[in-house]
Amino acid sequence: MLALPVLVGLAFILPTWVVNYAQVSLGTGLVALGILVQMRAGLVSFGQGLYFCVGGYSAGLAGRYLGVSDLFLLLLLAMMASGLISLVLGFLLRRYREIFFAMLSLAVSMILFGLLSRTEALGSTDGFNLPAATYLGWKPEDDLARFALYAATCLVSVFCAIALNRFLNGTIGYVNEAIRGNELRVEYLGASARNAVHITYVLAAVVSSIGGVLWAMSLGHVDPEMTNWTTSGQFVFVSILSGTGNIIAPFIGTFILEIVRVYAVEFSPNTWQMVLGTVMLLTIIFLPKGLWSLIARKRTSGKQLRQPALAAAGE
Amino acid sequence: MLTMVAIAVDGLGFAAWLFLSSVGLTLIYGVMRILNIAHGGFYALGAYSAAWAIGLYTQGGGPIAFTYLLIPIAAFVAGVIAGLLVERGILRFMYGRDEVLMVLVTYAIFLILEDVTKLIWGTESYVSYQPALWLGTVDIFGLPYTVYKFLIIGVAIVCGLLLFWGLNHTRVGKLLLVVIQDREISSALGINVTLFFTVTFLIGATLGALGGALTAPEVSVVPGIGSEIIVMAFAVIVIGGMGSIGGAMIGALIVGFARAASVHLYPPAELFVIYLVMAAVLAFKPYGLFALAESRKI
Repeated sequence: MLALPVLVGLAFILPTWVVNYAQVSLGTGLVALGILVQMRAGLVSFGQGLYFCVGGYSAGLAGRYLGVSDLFLLLLLAMMASGLISLVLGFLLRRYREIFFAMLSLAVSMILFGLLSRTEALGSTDGFNLPAATYLGWKPEDDLARFALYAATCLVSVFCAIALNRFLNGTIGYVNEAIRGNELRVEYLGASARNAVHITYVLAAVVSSIGGVLWAMSLGHVDPEMTNWTTSGQFVFVSILSGTGNIIAPFIGTFILEIVRVYAVEFSPNTWQMVLGTVMLLTIIFLPKGLWSLIARKRTSGKQLRQPALAAAGE
Repeated sequence: MLTMVAIAVDGLGFAAWLFLSSVGLTLIYGVMRILNIAHGGFYALGAYSAAWAIGLYTQGGGPIAFTYLLIPIAAFVAGVIAGLLVERGILRFMYGRDEVLMVLVTYAIFLILEDVTKLIWGTESYVSYQPALWLGTVDIFGLPYTVYKFLIIGVAIVCGLLLFWGLNHTRVGKLLLVVIQDREISSALGINVTLFFTVTFLIGATLGALGGALTAPEVSVVPGIGSEIIVMAFAVIVIGGMGSIGGAMIGALIVGFARAASVHLYPPAELFVIYLVMAAVLAFKPYGLFALAESRKI
């Protein structure tokens, strides 16, 4: 809760470009948050870009064909769309674990990528532009509009983070951790692992679509690249970089990644992917539990976070 | 009728290309349990080095027949060098980690390889059509096809048979099957598991590079071809059951014909029909067509 006024206040202190990156990071950070929630259950979604894209496109489509530009209405529409899609797909995906979950989620997102890339009415691979946001009938101009969107992004992100924190500390959150530990045991204890996974999946989808809306609104543009596997891969990268320790971690991770990327692109336009890959490798080698483990190690000694099961060779 | 013929021939062509590009992936997964995203990087390296070598050679003006030797040589050199660097340099420090984490490690390597190819060959496209042009075309029911396409189909069949024979009928292959069954016991029995891993990875990487090298004369080699092939290769091996070479063959055929059918019957579906097929197969066979849930064989 404390984070909200701080985040909004930052807009007055920091230069505009930092605020812009912060805003973009909050959008993509929400997607990483969606991945984090699933990772707690040991599931890595390599297709979270799907819901990022569903969010962006449903906002775009609503703006284009229904003339809706109210941010809160757009968010509601995106949540409904992603909720519905993930509910249906969840029946398929909840049966899979580990690498198969990763692959199947990737496949589903690539279907959407193929569909959107070939739909001429929606601008094929170029995508299309979004209208400027309004807020319950209020339509700010220029600088004020930028600030209003940033403030609204902060508000929604913080709200999502709090809600998800509640979720992770609730029943299903703990069931998820148990699923990662030993799924069979969960079933013997009388809880349905599949239901827990299904609910988590839908929740992650909704959060990611919110991220998609906010990201699309801040850029004013959507394109199919949002659901390409390389985009999803980067979301997973952020979650690894930041670690699953805390709900704030993905936001910090995204912001750091955004900065790394900007500087890498600036200094060596042709090798920024190489820099990204190297950072990723180093993170995996030296910080298996992500950047957050640096903070967590300092802060708590008693409240140890459970070590992710490092599967022995050959299992 | 004409469409049916076109679908059949194109389907076979796609299938051969897909099989060559994905069999290395399934081999590495079967033996090492690593879903190697960097495979797309090997594919791109193979394609670039072949296109570059052919271009350099034809500028020199030698007989075109020798370019057919250049393709496997380029693939072998690229695959072995890159494979050795990746396996000995990075992967061997990661063995025993979580499977999903290994996916991320190879994803990082893939990103690095993408830029390595850009650093070596720049960002412009390479064209090396000579080998495909030189063989000319044949008419099948009035439809012209390059003979080169059939060459690729032949190479795919030979590669498949060689792998099958090598695994099941040679001493080394049988030892490899033992390693796959239980690597701790096999290392206790005195089998050099580390060596098997390295060699398997090199073979897999070289096969990936060969897939790229053989494709080079048919397309223009541009940045990003690695990321296109890798998701398709995933689809192929997931459909067939990961780690199964026969599965990769069947998966390649299914995906190849599905793609050819969509190209000729309903072009807009071309980009996503592969994933549609994959989702449909997985909905009924969660672990692919030929995968054994527990003791996976290759």
